[in-house]
Amino acid sequence: MVPITLYLTVGAVLFGIGVVGVLICRNMIVMFMSIELMLNAANLVLIAFARALRVPDGQAFVFLVLTVAAAEAAVGLAMVITLYRNRETVNIDRFNFMKW
Amino acid sequence: MTLDTAVFFVSAIVAVFGATMMIVQRNPVASVLYLIVSLVAQAVLYIQLGTVFMAAVLVIVYAGAILVLFLFVIMLLNLRGQEDLSDNSQPLSRLTKYFVSGLLFVELWFAVKSGLIGDVGGRGVTGEFPDTFGSVEQIAVVLFTKYLYPFELTSVLILAAIVGAVVIARRERDDLPISASEVADRSIADEVKG
Repeated sequence: MVPITLYLTVGAVLFGIGVVGVLICRNMIVMFMSIELMLNAANLVLIAFARALRVPDGQAFVFLVLTVAAAEAAVGLAMVITLYRNRETVNIDRFNFMKW
Repeated sequence: MTLDTAVFFVSAIVAVFGATMMIVQRNPVASVLYLIVSLVAQAVLYIQLGTVFMAAVLVIVYAGAILVLFLFVIMLLNLRGQEDLSDNSQPLSRLTKYFVSGLLFVELWFAVKSGLIGDVGGRGVTGEFPDTFGSVEQIAVVLFTKYLYPFELTSVLILAAIVGAVVIARRERDDLPISASEVADRSIADEVKG
């Protein structure tokens, strides 16, 4: 039997890698993928708790999280395309024109 | 080491490896492929937890649809990782980035280890599970009764995402490719000027 704490640790590690990716990557698309990774880490934890508590609710949450992730990816990639069209780059440091 | 534990450790290591390779890759196409590796390993973890349907959804929706959308955009923009995107921030701010993410991880890990999650912490989550757990029926019942309103609201969210994506990615009127009649007009204007 694998204890739930191991699953939660894997979730925490994946979330940490996602945070590192968002903070250090300069490529906009890789940053988006890191956000997807963080959502997935949360999904893993939800599923692990659903299994430990023997309730189906966690799986319904995962379903909703997947929907949000899909919507976020669609809008985010549309923004990437528009920004690339205007600046010819995906380097996030170049997109500071809304900086105060 | 039982088979359970072995499967868990192998897929956990593959998931973490794929995620790490994803953020260190220069070429975005390779990043997407490593993320797919990580997601498939996570799907194995889902199956081990008994949620077979969610594992299938993860592979089909995430690896099959969302990441193909990413690949599509990368290939549309023709990104091959030739642009220099290395982190050229100050050493101090770079250190802060790693420190903050490390702190976040340690915080999560302590929350798991220190018994904040109560008596759930000691439970094993693999092995035998009730037959109905993770079945489509069980998820459907809870999704269409208890969480009916959130489920219906996601349709509004998706509609907003569709409209938003179309509006944001649309070309502005003045950078549309010019039509043939406009070309003719311009050449006439040039002749008059010349």
